[in-house]
Amino acid sequence: MNEELTSRDAQWRADLRAALSAAQRTAIPRAKMPELSAEYRITCNEEVQQGLSREQAMTEATRCLDCPDPGCVKGCPVSINIPAFIKNIQRGAVDDAARVLKLTSALPAVCGRVCPQERQCESRCIYHKMKKEPVAIGWLERFAADNGGKDGLARPADISHKKINGIKIAVVGSGPAGLSFAGAMCALGYEVTVFEALHQIGGVLKYGIPEFRLPNTIVDDEIEALRRAGVTFHTDVVIGKTLGYDDMLAQGFRGIFVASGAGLPRFMGIPGENLNGIMSSNEYLTRVNLMGAGTPGHATPVLRGKRVAVVGGGNTAMDSVRTALRMGAEHAFIIYRRSEAEMPARAEEVHHARQEGVEFLTLHNPVEYKGDEHGRVTSVLLQRMELGEPDASGRRSPVPVEGDVVELPVDEVIVSVGVSPNPLVPDNIDGIEVSKRGTIVVNDDLQSSIPMLFAGGDIVRGGATVILAMGDGRHAAQRMHEWLKSAE
Amino acid sequence: MNKIIEKEYFSEKVVKLVVEAPLIARSRKPGNFVIVRTGDGGERIPLTIADADTTRGTITLVVQAVGFSTEAICALEPGQTLTDVVGPLGRPTHIADYGTVVCCGGGVGVAPLLPIIRAMKEAGNRVVSVLAARTKDLIILEEQVRQYSDEVIIMTDDGSYGSKGLVTNGVESVIEREKVDLVVTIGPAVMMKFVSLLTKKYEVPTMCSLNTIMVDGTGMCGACRVTVGGRTRFVCVDGPEFDAHQVDFDEMLLRMRAYN
Repeated sequence: MNEELTSRDAQWRADLRAALSAAQRTAIPRAKMPELSAEYRITCNEEVQQGLSREQAMTEATRCLDCPDPGCVKGCPVSINIPAFIKNIQRGAVDDAARVLKLTSALPAVCGRVCPQERQCESRCIYHKMKKEPVAIGWLERFAADNGGKDGLARPADISHKKINGIKIAVVGSGPAGLSFAGAMCALGYEVTVFEALHQIGGVLKYGIPEFRLPNTIVDDEIEALRRAGVTFHTDVVIGKTLGYDDMLAQGFRGIFVASGAGLPRFMGIPGENLNGIMSSNEYLTRVNLMGAGTPGHATPVLRGKRVAVVGGGNTAMDSVRTALRMGAEHAFIIYRRSEAEMPARAEEVHHARQEGVEFLTLHNPVEYKGDEHGRVTSVLLQRMELGEPDASGRRSPVPVEGDVVELPVDEVIVSVGVSPNPLVPDNIDGIEVSKRGTIVVNDDLQSSIPMLFAGGDIVRGGATVILAMGDGRHAAQRMHEWLKSAE
Repeated sequence: MNKIIEKEYFSEKVVKLVVEAPLIARSRKPGNFVIVRTGDGGERIPLTIADADTTRGTITLVVQAVGFSTEAICALEPGQTLTDVVGPLGRPTHIADYGTVVCCGGGVGVAPLLPIIRAMKEAGNRVVSVLAARTKDLIILEEQVRQYSDEVIIMTDDGSYGSKGLVTNGVESVIEREKVDLVVTIGPAVMMKFVSLLTKKYEVPTMCSLNTIMVDGTGMCGACRVTVGGRTRFVCVDGPEFDAHQVDFDEMLLRMRAYN
């Protein structure tokens, strides 16, 4: 069945290609994503992008030239068969499009929303060669995931008739790496148990990414699909604390995948940083997203600053600053030490932030915070910067402009300058090799110095994206499967 | 979901709960804490583990009703459940044979102190415990503390029980009469601050256990950060115990009021 859905040589697909010329296809303009207005959306937490309509999606899918050697697939960290799912949308078979996605991705509705497509699949689209906008692959992925394959139709095709092999596998952490690993191992017939330290499944997808960018119901649907496929989930279990490595062995787990994430926020170590009102983006976003702070019926408090500065230029910084607006900030600033061109955040997020009224102070770097007699932050001193020579990251490095320091009055600061690997798991497993940065050391197969223990996502990478974590999950599942077979 | 097995009122606002948590009961050590959440919209709050029973699979928590969430927890009855209990978190107390150890606790701080008193005694130390409270009714766990202490000194602010005075008076009287090798202090931040100032004067090594604001309790958020020896540390993963002489208690006291 999969062959019929995915083969470029299938008759239906050849017919679609023959139906319109390339000139006719490329003349179609790229779809416009329907969005809530900036004025309305900052008053609530509703998802900003509303998703393509069926008609829009089918038209957008028609733009895809169904290249014989598609660059987009090579640009995808999990090698989704992109032309196959797009052509299924074009022919109106949205359930089939969702099935194609589920062959390689455990969380397509998530990826369709949060992947940096402009740097991955869409950056390799043939349309760039014609100086045209690429096919909106990310939006189409989201459309197929949201609209196709409800009621479990889009479960990996091979799960339902796969024999459970009785081999127990444990997953530490239920973020994107853990979930994608769990889905892949489950499809291979393993008995998979996922342990999560927090009280909800989903990791960064729940505590980190805000509702207006990734609604929790979307994540819950994906988790529910995994549960139906046979994955067992346990919340409130901290591996290394509640259960040790020895306990896992005693419980009969034959393989463990550690995907515990990069849960240790970095601070800058500048004077005044422990004043009240200054917090990590992890803390701020966890309060609002995971704990429901600011929503009636939730006991967790959150500060509602009127002048909020967010330090950093990544997606998490954008999520924080846009959350601050929704929490009632009158002025919400991004403070970033380089220029906008070097910002790691997705262009789309920067664009949305600007639309919503975020003020950008690029080429500024905090050097000190000042507070009042209650220990509450009142202002931040900002060192003006200019761009010098490219540094190790290839980006032009920021250099202080001597003597040029300005003071910005603020009543809340969210520090979003990156995260370090969470030490809880590595610290509590004797003999596991850990790098200087605290990441778990793995070989090309994502296998650690303890052979039965594989690792992936941010605990290995030290801070990356959802899709790279998911790619690790898939990759580790395949390699662990091979390792377990060879050990038999 | 963790079922409450027993409940006992130590005073009007201080409640002891025995809670079903077999995995935590088995793996906890003195000094560890748990994060507890009650109700669907409940917040996550840290509570130090006062005791555990591995055969029954229970842990003991002592909770003082001071705000919305602690009041909700104190209102629960046996048979009802806590929505979430996760742990044991934090680094356990370093237990060794130091010689003479003074363990001083104020208010509900006596509850997390109890397993440390017991472990210190079992490790061969001479243990002098100093329990302090505003008034007689607020002295908790005295009997259990006596069981594992060579001597117990009770201090009350109003003199209604034991000696009249502060915890520091009790500690100082011990330091002045005999060689003390270690002081362990758990209680309100302001109490620990003054114990620390006192023992610094006498150059007696002192360990405190901090109970700061936390959200996840696993190192993820940094709400619990404190300055120790000039460095920012996270109470949840680097602590909760620190060298009291290195802790910036004034900063901590301000940070405890971040959401007041």
